[in-house]
Amino acid sequence: MFYRESGDFKTSYAEDQQSFPIKFDRYAIWILLGFAFFVVPFFINDYWEKSVLVPFLVWSMAALGLNILTGYCGQVSLGTGGFMAVGAYSCYKLMIAFPGMNIFIVVIIAGLITALVGIAFGLPSLRIKGFYLAVATLASQFFLIWMFNKIPWFYNYSASGMITAPERTMFGIAISGPSAPSWATYLFCLTLVTIFAFIARNLTRGRIGRAWKAIHDMDIAAEIIGIPPLQAKLSAFAISSFYIGMAGAMLFGVYLGSAEPGEAFGINVSFLVLFMVIVGGLGSILGSFLGAAFLILIPVLMKNIMVGGFGWPADLAAHLELVFIGGLIMFFLVVEPHGLAQLWRITKEKLRLWPFPH
Amino acid sequence: MKFKHFSAAFVAATILATSFPVAADLTYPMLSYRTGPYGPNGTEFADGYADYFTLLNERDGGINGVKTITPECETAYNTAKGVECYESTKEGALIYQPLSTGITYQLIPKVTADNIPLHSMGYGRTSAANGKVFSHVFNYPANYWDGASVIIKHISDEEKGDLKDKKISLLYHNSAYGKEPIRTLEELAKKHGYKLTLVPVDHPGQEQKSQWLQLRRDRPDYIIMYGWGVMNQVAIKEATNIRFDMSKFIGIWWSGSENDVLPAGEKSNGYKAVTFHGVGDDYPVFDDIKKYVKDAGKAAGDGSNIGTALYNRGMYAAMLAAEATANAQKIHNTKDITSGQMRDGMESLKIDNARLKTLGLEGFGPEINVSCENHGGPGLAAMQQWDAKAKKWKLITEFVESDRSVIDPLIAEDSSAYAKENSLKARDCK
Repeated sequence: MFYRESGDFKTSYAEDQQSFPIKFDRYAIWILLGFAFFVVPFFINDYWEKSVLVPFLVWSMAALGLNILTGYCGQVSLGTGGFMAVGAYSCYKLMIAFPGMNIFIVVIIAGLITALVGIAFGLPSLRIKGFYLAVATLASQFFLIWMFNKIPWFYNYSASGMITAPERTMFGIAISGPSAPSWATYLFCLTLVTIFAFIARNLTRGRIGRAWKAIHDMDIAAEIIGIPPLQAKLSAFAISSFYIGMAGAMLFGVYLGSAEPGEAFGINVSFLVLFMVIVGGLGSILGSFLGAAFLILIPVLMKNIMVGGFGWPADLAAHLELVFIGGLIMFFLVVEPHGLAQLWRITKEKLRLWPFPH
Repeated sequence: MKFKHFSAAFVAATILATSFPVAADLTYPMLSYRTGPYGPNGTEFADGYADYFTLLNERDGGINGVKTITPECETAYNTAKGVECYESTKEGALIYQPLSTGITYQLIPKVTADNIPLHSMGYGRTSAANGKVFSHVFNYPANYWDGASVIIKHISDEEKGDLKDKKISLLYHNSAYGKEPIRTLEELAKKHGYKLTLVPVDHPGQEQKSQWLQLRRDRPDYIIMYGWGVMNQVAIKEATNIRFDMSKFIGIWWSGSENDVLPAGEKSNGYKAVTFHGVGDDYPVFDDIKKYVKDAGKAAGDGSNIGTALYNRGMYAAMLAAEATANAQKIHNTKDITSGQMRDGMESLKIDNARLKTLGLEGFGPEINVSCENHGGPGLAAMQQWDAKAKKWKLITEFVESDRSVIDPLIAEDSSAYAKENSLKARDCK
């Protein structure tokens, strides 16, 4: 009944190749986006902005970035936290150096700087693979954090090494800083994530994405059929770092407002994003969003149910939350090792036949 | 199906998140942490904080007849969770005391925009002592730089005033918190002529072998520690392993709790820490806490930690908040104060020895005077030393003043840098 392909005729190549070829899918996406852009901003408050929606969007962006590298191109990276720090610190230095610059441009440039750093640290991937590459990227994580701790120029010689985002605007509306309205920061993040999710979706379906997938499956075979591993691997590192850098800039500038390298961008962040990608589904754009939602929103939801709903003590709730999240991760990985995105795919298959399965 | 569950859960969350109770009581949200590597320390502080407000409710019926409540939100010392906690509790909140330097930094711009005072007692951004720039942030009665200065003063006294060519190492938590004293110690090194080496320890600090190897090689005359949580215990154990003279190992007040020294047993005897309030439970207020709170079964914890260093500090923080509330009620002549009025109450807070005596805290801390320019209070601190046999801290010096001639210019410099970055204009303090 749902997701029917019969009767949905395509009469041109453009229609056949569009992002969402199934009509039902396409309408669902448009309705969701319409709701997110035109309804949510009127009802959003500080709590929903700072605790639910903006964190979800920021981490989705990071998960998208890592999914390009790990999910599509098959290069395991543990340097996500370090790359997010590069984005955040570039964002900070740009904000301080050019106070009048539009924050949208600041975030994009921060992403580009991170892309360059990503290419530099991606070079070892040409020689080493798998676990060994994970170790090399782990080194980049520690090196970058050490650098932001060590060199005072990055944090403008402040006494504590903390960076704080000043108020910066876009079209005269504050996006960063404490007086930024909730709807503005939300729409800012939503716009960025929407644009770049569409770009990622189309990149992964095109020539570059196919090259990544070929490298992912077997890089020697890919080389033999004419895919240059240098270009494919480094482009994956560059584009993935670009996304992750933007996520770092948004995390620091729009969401948290201040950060220190060790805590906001530590190794646990690298693991968090990696788990988002694994739980959500490797090599799936939808999976990036589902993984981010799972690991960012479920804890907030559980806290609200246990502390706000049942009135349980905060520490008991915090401990139970760890147990539940761990249990849920294991449950989902046992039930569906390919992640939440695969569950959705199966659901879709079932819906296609419903109500008359074989 | 999965998706339906998810959306149903989401709707539930919406209802819950938007239906937080707005009470007419005086609300002191606690951004506490009872979990994670800093949990043991956070728990004691939170218990002291909550117990003091329970005492006020039980004994006096609240503050001038208005009951107090302390809704708790677990941060696990994590700044992102701190933001979530702040947003979920800020409705009707009078004051925030997050007990985390990272969260304090996060909240400084937010509370200023929301007109809620932030009291980072002995932590947070030191230059917030400049009330002209930081209108809503207070860090009385003492800050990190006061602590560093008083430690150097104590060392100087031990060495009969001559610190020339002495080697002093700073072992610090590699975060905003641990880095705060570096500049002060560097300035003091210029003045006194000692050699400073910096030894960072990364979060959470369970592994310090390489740091102690370095310290063993350097053979410093003194080690100063700015640590927190599990890092303190490990450092003190490592120091006993290399047989470092414990009386030359000095911690900041966050490295001076019972949790930190007890694991090292007898060997930790003589370890020192600086403090800005009294130690032990030998003050009349604790009798009241035992009577009205612990024995009535209303204690936040199991009641076993009454009188420990961090419990006392939490209790002291609550006392300062309660006094500021009473002050705000007086100057604004209303019982139901708002957070803006609370800020005024903090800014004109005066606690003299007579008042401390009525509170049952005679000699617990120095007199406090807060003004529009000075949000940092007196900046007095004393040294405490651990007696491993008796398992007790004891004060070994009076409350002494820090070196204002070094600290005041540093505060002016750092706060003006903040004002410039955020294009703030300094307030006029008449």
